[in-house]
Formats: sequence, structure tokens, C-alpha cells
Amino acid sequence: MTVPLLEVRNLRVEFPTRRGTLVALDDVSFSIAPGEVLGVVGESGAGKSMTGAAIIGLLEPPGRIAGGQILLNGRRIDNLPYSELRKLRGREIGAIFQDPLTTLNPLYTVGAQLIETMVTHLPLNPAQARAKAIEWLELVGIPAASQRIDSYPHEFSGGMRQRVVIALALCAEPKLIVADEPTTALDVSIQAQVISLLKSLARDKGTSMMLVTHDMGVIAETADRVAVMYAGRIVEIGAVRNVVQQASHPYSAGLMGSIPPVGRRLERLQQIDGSMPRLSSIPPGCAYNPRCPKVFDRCRVDRPELMPAKDGNLAACWLYAEQGVPRHA
Amino acid sequence: MFAFIISRLLQALPVMLTVALLSFAMFAYVGDPVAIMLGQDYTIAQRDQLVADLGLDQPFFVQFMKFVVNAAQGEFGLSYRLSRPVAQLIVERAPATLELALCAAILALAVGVPMGVYTGLYRNSWLSRFFLTFSLIGVSLPTFLIGILLILTFSVWLGWLPSFGRGDTVNIGGWSTGLLTWSGLKALILPSITLGLFQLTLIMRLVRAEMMEVLRTDYIKFARARGLTNRAVHFGHALKNTLVPVITITGLQLGAIIAFAIVTETVFQWPGMGLLFIQSVAVADIPVMSAYLLLIALMFVTINLIVDLLYYAVDPRLRIGRGKGAH
Repeated sequence: MTVPLLEVRNLRVEFPTRRGTLVALDDVSFSIAPGEVLGVVGESGAGKSMTGAAIIGLLEPPGRIAGGQILLNGRRIDNLPYSELRKLRGREIGAIFQDPLTTLNPLYTVGAQLIETMVTHLPLNPAQARAKAIEWLELVGIPAASQRIDSYPHEFSGGMRQRVVIALALCAEPKLIVADEPTTALDVSIQAQVISLLKSLARDKGTSMMLVTHDMGVIAETADRVAVMYAGRIVEIGAVRNVVQQASHPYSAGLMGSIPPVGRRLERLQQIDGSMPRLSSIPPGCAYNPRCPKVFDRCRVDRPELMPAKDGNLAACWLYAEQGVPRHA
Repeated sequence: MFAFIISRLLQALPVMLTVALLSFAMFAYVGDPVAIMLGQDYTIAQRDQLVADLGLDQPFFVQFMKFVVNAAQGEFGLSYRLSRPVAQLIVERAPATLELALCAAILALAVGVPMGVYTGLYRNSWLSRFFLTFSLIGVSLPTFLIGILLILTFSVWLGWLPSFGRGDTVNIGGWSTGLLTWSGLKALILPSITLGLFQLTLIMRLVRAEMMEVLRTDYIKFARARGLTNRAVHFGHALKNTLVPVITITGLQLGAIIAFAIVTETVFQWPGMGLLFIQSVAVADIPVMSAYLLLIALMFVTINLIVDLLYYAVDPRLRIGRGKGAH
């Protein structure tokens, strides 16, 4: 593999609260190669969005990065001062949020917001930026872009607004996009369009993407690799085909089993019993042990690190302990 | 836009007529103008003659119509106390009140908005805490007490500023202004602070609350994620979204500043409309009181119209409904 564009090493995010410190992300490590799409999946509260927020430096206070490193092109960015980090945002790392109805400022035209972003990061004068803005709107598939550029966000439908958001995230040509559930708030019929737009734009521009979602269909279709998160940790990471078809970790297997199969006779869907533990009461050992169908004694005592599992995937599960040495042993 | 203004003006008409009715009723039923005008010695014939001359023998609505027509032409009759046309009295006094109100409003906005933005952004800094404590004083101390304390400090103890009056004024085309002379400006300082302090703290607290609300929204987070400068995020994106409620309150408060300048004008013996009104109340000078009532109503109606127009300037979402001919 070439030098990774983004490398996250042992990232730990904490939330100090009155009743003690909650660990929202613990020992999260992964990397994204140039042009690669990494899917991040997991239940709500698993820490997917938190990971994205930590990378763009927009953790909600009082959350803070308590350990580990984030490197972009080999340069540490997690400890940059605010003003330096600001220059990276939009220019190096673009972000797309979940709800297009609330991510656009209602009082400015979409053109003004595009122009503002480009003028901030690129050496363009306002007239050039306006021409580029129209190009971008055309690129993301807004019809009659040269007229619509002066429209306000409320004059667009939800799907169109998400296209505008995509244009805004990409217009300063960042090398990495952090897309946090970009289709969750959209109509099902629009979701596929927006995902394929995102995918083709990322491919054309050679942009890497971290795609956070809980929609396995989107992951299977878009991502090159996938990371499965559970209770603030990565439990499995590997090529998307391997994880979807034969997941190593019992949790990933359960997650994949809960997807309704298309084209086969519908049997009873698998379901994972119980729910994810709250951050304040993560059990000792493997966080998944109370719900795991394959649990054994060691799971309740020691916490597993990521270790080689089936097909070159890495999984944090003691089932694979005999196959190799844990990575951080 | 034009149709909107017309429709708002038509809506304002019933408001003005109602106020006119109230002020006319005051005219007709409080005190006896005939007795006041005739003095102590008169014959029945003189009395009947005067009643006929004044039209007081005509039905209520005919009299009311006359009152409205006269009022629309700025004709409110003679002041009982000063025996001069009311319109003239008000025109003489209006510049003093309007200048004072304007200075107070500018002070409240120019200081209140930045303080609100600052305290909204840096919630926990010691300066924010100081501003908030200070604003509590502004909100809770009554105007007259603030005025007297300011006079005590700056006029009596320090002797820097005059304690009453407008100082020297310059007359420009019938408008006597205190803004062009040194003593006029000095005389304006204490009354403006007194009148504007409550509004200042109100605006500051409002802007602060709105800023804190807006800063939590997704579009602010997205603006940050796009790498915009703090300045652009805070003043371009956040502050503009706080403006609609701020405009509403400021508009209403501007009306209140003008209408309730009475207390401040009394404390500082400021020769404005408020002082005129309070002196008229003391001797039941009905024509002045009813004219003042109408004038204040007109001011509120006008300010509300301007506020509504400003909404449309600020928030594009309000424009669209009308453009399509909303129901």
C-alpha cells in the first residue's frame, strides 16, 4: 500500500462529565489511502460520527482528543492550533453532514456560500469564484445552475440541497471528504442518486472519502474497505467484500445477517439481542461479550486488540487469538 | 413590495381610528372646555353661543369626524395651559425628544450588540461574567434612580457634565438641534445613558441568547467545517441569523424609548414632549394629552411597519410566500 493520506493512530476521545470521564473513542486506528473510500458502520452511538468530528477538529465541547494521533499526509493535525486547523478544513478535508435541511445557512444564496468558501481557500477573485460556483452546481447536477445560483436554500428540495452541500464540501478541492451519514435524511429514492454522485465525483477528483453510515447497502456499493465500530472501538476492518460476505467478528456477522437478502426467499432475519452498552457502563473484557453468541471465558476478562482474522481482515476477537499474535502485543 | 406597504397602511387605519376615538372621548368627557374657556363670569347666551361655535351641540359622531379630519391636518386646537396651538407646541418639543431617543437607541445598539456577541461567544470569560452582572443592574434598576445616580456622580461630585437642560441649541429650518454645539452634546450624554441603559442590557441579553442558540446549529458547524474564518462565521453567518428577533425587540423598544422618555425628561428637565405631557397632565390640559396620545400611536404604527419591512430585507424565507401570492 502507498503512503496513507489519512492515518489515525490509537485515537482516544474523552468527555469529562460530573460523574467522571466517559471514553467515547478508545484506541481507534485506521488509515485511508489516496483515492480510497473507507466505510465506517455501526449502531447509533458506536462512535462513527465522533471519529469524523475528531478528524475535522470539530468535536463538540467538552469532548476532547485525549490520546493518539491523527496524521494527514504524514503531518500531525490533531494538535494544530485552531487557526491552522481552520485552513485545513474545506481545503484539505471536506465535510458533509447528515441533514441537508439544516446544514445550509438559510439567509444566504447557495452561490454566496459557494463563493465564500472558494474565496477563503483558493486564489480566486469573486467573479472567477462565481463562474466556478456555477460549474460546481452543474457538476453536482443542479438544473439551470446559472439561474439557481442566486436561489436560497429553502427554494431547493432536500435532495437538491444535499447536492449543494456536496458542491460546498468539494469546491475547495480537498483530498479527503468526511461524509457523515450523507443520505440518512433523504428519501430512499434520492439516496441512490446522491451516493452515486458522491462516488463518481470522488473518483473523478481522486478524492479519498470516509463514509460514515449505518446503511450496509451504501457501504457495499461505495466503499473499498470497511471499518465496523462498536462501543467506541473498531471491532473489524477489512476489504468490503470480505467483511460483507464473511465477517470475522461475531458482531459484524450479526450486523451483516440483519440485512434482508434480495433475490432469495425471505427467511426470518437475524437479530442481535440486547443493545449496545452505555459509555458509562462498558463491561470488562470485550465490550460485546454480553451479546456475543460465541462468548467464552477469556472474553469476559481481557479486552481483545485487532488481530489478523479471516481473509486478511483484522478483527478484535479472541476467536482468532491462536491464528496469530495480536497486533499490539 | 408596494402592495404589501399599502395593505399594512390599511391595517394601520383602524388602529389609528381607535386611538383617535379614545383621545376624542377624553376630550369630550374629561373636564368642560366651555367652562374653562369662558372663565367665571358669563351669561347663558354667551355660553350657548360658544357651544354652537365649537360645534359641541352636534351629535357625537359628527364631532368625532371633525376631530379626525382636524387631527389628520395636524390641528389639535389650543393648549388650555399655554393658550397656544398644540401642533406648534409639539413641533417645538419634538426635536429634543427625538434626538434624545435616537442617541439612546444608537447607544443601546452600538454597545448592546457587540456585548451580546462577545458574551455569546466567550461564555465563560471573566469579561462576559462582568457584562452579565452589569446587565442585571441595567435591567433591574429603575430609570429615575439611574438618572439621579448619574447626576450625583458626574454632575455633583465630578462636575463634568450638566445635570439638566439641553445646553445651547442651533435652529436649522425649524428643527432645534443640540448635536452641533459642545454644550448641547455634553447635555445629551447623561440623559441618553439613562434612557438607553435598560434597552442596552435588554439587547445584549437577547443577542447573547440568540447567538448561543444559533452557534449550536448545523449550518454554523458546516460553516466551520468549510474552513471559513471565525470572523465570517461569527459575524456573517451567526449574527445575521440572530437579527430577526433583535430587530423586533429593537423596533418595539424604540417606540418605548420615545413614549416613555417621560421619566428621563422629568429627571433631567429635558424640554421634550415627555416633559410637555407630564406638565399637561398636572393641569388636565386635554388637547395636548390627546395629541400626544395620537402621536405616540402613529409612531408605534410606523415603527412596526419599518420592522416588518426589515424582516423581508433580512430573511429571504419570508419573501417567497408573498412572491407566490400566499394565502
